[in-house]
Amino acid sequence: MTENVPAVPEQGPEHGAEGELIAVRKGMFGARNGGDTSGYGGLVRRIELPGASQRPFGGYFDVIADELEGALEEQSLPPAEAISGYVVHRGQLTIHVPREHVVRVARTLRDDPALRFELCLGVTGIHFPEEAGRELHSVVPLLSITHNRRIRLETTAPDADPHIPSLYEVYPTVDWHERESYDMFGIIYDGHPGLTRILMPDDWLGHPQRKDYPLGGIPVEFKGAQIPAPDQRRAYS
Amino acid sequence: MTVIDETGETQEAQGSPGAQDGRVFTVAGGDWDDILADLAESPEERIVVNMGPQHPSTHGVLRVILEIDGETVTEARCGIGYLHTGIEKNTEYRSWVQGTTFVTRMDYLTPLFNETAYCLAVEKALGIEDQIPERANVIRVLMMELNRISSHLVCLATGGMEMGALTMMTAGFREREETLDLFEFITGLRMNHAYVRPGGVAQDLPPGAVDKIGSYVKLMRKRFPDYAKLCNENPVFRGRTEGVGYLDLAGCLALGLTGPVLRSAGLPHDLRKSEPYCGYETYDFEVCTWDTADSYGRYRIRLAEMYESLKIVEQCLDRIQRTQGQPVMVEDKKIAWPAQLALGSDGMGNSLDHIRHIMGDSMEALIHHFKLVTEGFHVPPGQIYAAVESPKGELGVHIVSDGGTRPYRVHFRDPSFTNLQATAAMCEGGQLADVIVAIASIDPVMGGVDR
Repeated sequence: MTENVPAVPEQGPEHGAEGELIAVRKGMFGARNGGDTSGYGGLVRRIELPGASQRPFGGYFDVIADELEGALEEQSLPPAEAISGYVVHRGQLTIHVPREHVVRVARTLRDDPALRFELCLGVTGIHFPEEAGRELHSVVPLLSITHNRRIRLETTAPDADPHIPSLYEVYPTVDWHERESYDMFGIIYDGHPGLTRILMPDDWLGHPQRKDYPLGGIPVEFKGAQIPAPDQRRAYS
Repeated sequence: MTVIDETGETQEAQGSPGAQDGRVFTVAGGDWDDILADLAESPEERIVVNMGPQHPSTHGVLRVILEIDGETVTEARCGIGYLHTGIEKNTEYRSWVQGTTFVTRMDYLTPLFNETAYCLAVEKALGIEDQIPERANVIRVLMMELNRISSHLVCLATGGMEMGALTMMTAGFREREETLDLFEFITGLRMNHAYVRPGGVAQDLPPGAVDKIGSYVKLMRKRFPDYAKLCNENPVFRGRTEGVGYLDLAGCLALGLTGPVLRSAGLPHDLRKSEPYCGYETYDFEVCTWDTADSYGRYRIRLAEMYESLKIVEQCLDRIQRTQGQPVMVEDKKIAWPAQLALGSDGMGNSLDHIRHIMGDSMEALIHHFKLVTEGFHVPPGQIYAAVESPKGELGVHIVSDGGTRPYRVHFRDPSFTNLQATAAMCEGGQLADVIVAIASIDPVMGGVDR
C-alpha cells in the first residue's frame, strides 16, 4: 500500500459477492454545492455491508444452520421463508429473519436441545435512512451457555411501518432493551407489555438516535476562532 | 388505590397518570395523624411511595416506585434515565480512537472494562486481534483486574453503608483509594482514563510501577481478611442479607442477568473462562460461585473474586517483568497512534520527542501524524459484537461500521442496565428495608444504566 492512498476497506473471501447496499455517498469533506476545488466533488461511493454468505460457513455455524432449518421444518415452516439469509463476518454469524417469523425462530433457538440459546443479550436498533424499505434494523445477540456459541438475529422494518414483533414472551430480558430501542429509534415492538420511553422524558418529541435527528450543540469560540458544533464539522466519511 | 404524592395538595387523583383512582395524600408539611386517620377508614388500600431519584440509598439517581402494604412491598418499579448523556450518539460524530474517551465515562466505576470491550470490538472489526502485542494484553488484564477490585470495593462499601455498616464504607473507600492511586500513577487519571486504545494501550507502564503494584497486592492481602472478619459471620449482617433479593437460576437466565448475581445462583459462567480474551486462558484463577442465590451469596462472591483478581495481578507482574521493553501498540502504522504519549501531572500529555520529530525532522511524519490524528483510520463495513466479563456481568459492545473513520453505531449492552430489571422479581413480597439490600446486591451504576 502506498503512503498517500486512503486505506480501502478490503473484502474478505468469506463475504458474498453482493453486499447489502445501505447508502450511496457523493463528494467528500462536506463540499456539496459548488466551490469544490479538491477534485473529490465527483466522487461516488457505494456503502455496502457484508452480503449473504454461502455454505460452508465454517466452525459451528453450519451445525446451527442445519439444526435450525431442521427444527423449523418440523414445525412445518419452510426455512427458505423463515430465514432470509446468513451473514458471516469476522467469524460472527448473523441470521436475517423476516419480522413475521422472528418470534417463532427465536423460540426455536431457545428451546431446541441442539441449539439452546438460553441467554439473550438485549436489542440494538440501527437506522439506515437510505436503505429503502429496510430503514430500521433490530439486532438481537444470543448466547448459548450450554454449547458456548454466539449468534445474532437481525430483523428489519421500513420507516413507514416501524413494527417488529416483541421477543418479550420468549426472552423477558428484552423488556427494557426494546423500550430503549423504541425510545431511541421509534421501532414499535408489537406485543410488548408496556412500550414506553425509558431513557428520555415521557413527553420527549422524536427519537434521538435516528440518523435524521441532529446531535445538537453550539459553536465554541477558542482563541479567537469559531469551532463549529461536532455534527457541523468537516467529515471525511 | 391511595397515593401519597410529594407535591401539590390533597386531591382526587382522577385523570393524573399513574394513579387511576382513589385519593392523593400530601405528606409535605401535613399532619401524619390526619393521614393515618384517613387511611384507617379504608384498611384495604395500599400506599405508593416514590424513593429517589435523589435518595442516598439508591445508588445514585435511581428512582424506585414502590407500592407498599404496611412494611411489605407489593409492587416495585424502577424509573431510570436521569443520567442519560447520549454517549452512544456522540461517538457517531468522532473518530474510532476518540470513542474510547466517551465510552470510558459510561459505567464510571469500571472505565477500563468499557475501554477494553470497545477496543476489542474495533480490533475485531479491523481484523487485527491477533496482532496485539503480548505486553499490551498483559497490561490490559492487569488494569482490568485492578479495576475489578476497585469496583467490587465500591459495591461492598456502599452496600454496607446502606445497611448501616459504616465501617464497610470507610474501609472500602480507603482500599479503593489505594487502587485509584495506582491508576493515577499509570494513566495519569483516577477515572475516565482513555488508556486502552484500539491496537494496544496508550503508553507503557511508568518506571517503578511493578514495585508499587507489588506492595499494593501485599497491603490488600493484609486488609481483605478484615472484611471477612467484619461481615461473614456477623449475625446482623447475615440477618440483613440472607434470603434477601432471592433470584434463582431460571429467573436469572430469563431476565438476562450475568455476573455475580448469576454466579450466586450456582452457575459458574464467566466469559474469562468460556470465551477468553486478552489471553485470560493462560492465567490461573477460579470462578467463584455460591448456592444461595441471595444478597449474602453475592457479597461472598465479590469478596472471593477480589482474591482471585489479586492472584491474576501477581501473575501479570511476572509477565510485565518478562516482557520489559516490548511494544504496547500494534505495528501497523496505519492504525497505531503515532506516538507514545508522555505522562503529565494532569493525565496524558504530549511527547516532546515526538513533537521534535514531526516539527523538526520529517515532513512525512508530520503528514502521517496529521492524517491519523484528524482523520483517523477506516474500519471495514460490518457489525461486530464483543463482550468482556465486567465486575457486574457481561459487558457487550455492538459496533456497526459503514467503512468510514467514524463509528456508524455503537451500542453498549451494559450489565447494570440489564440486571436492574430484576428489581421487581427480587423485591416484591419482601420488606421495604430489604429493597435497599436487594438493589445493592445487584450493584447497578447509573452511569452505565443510562449511558
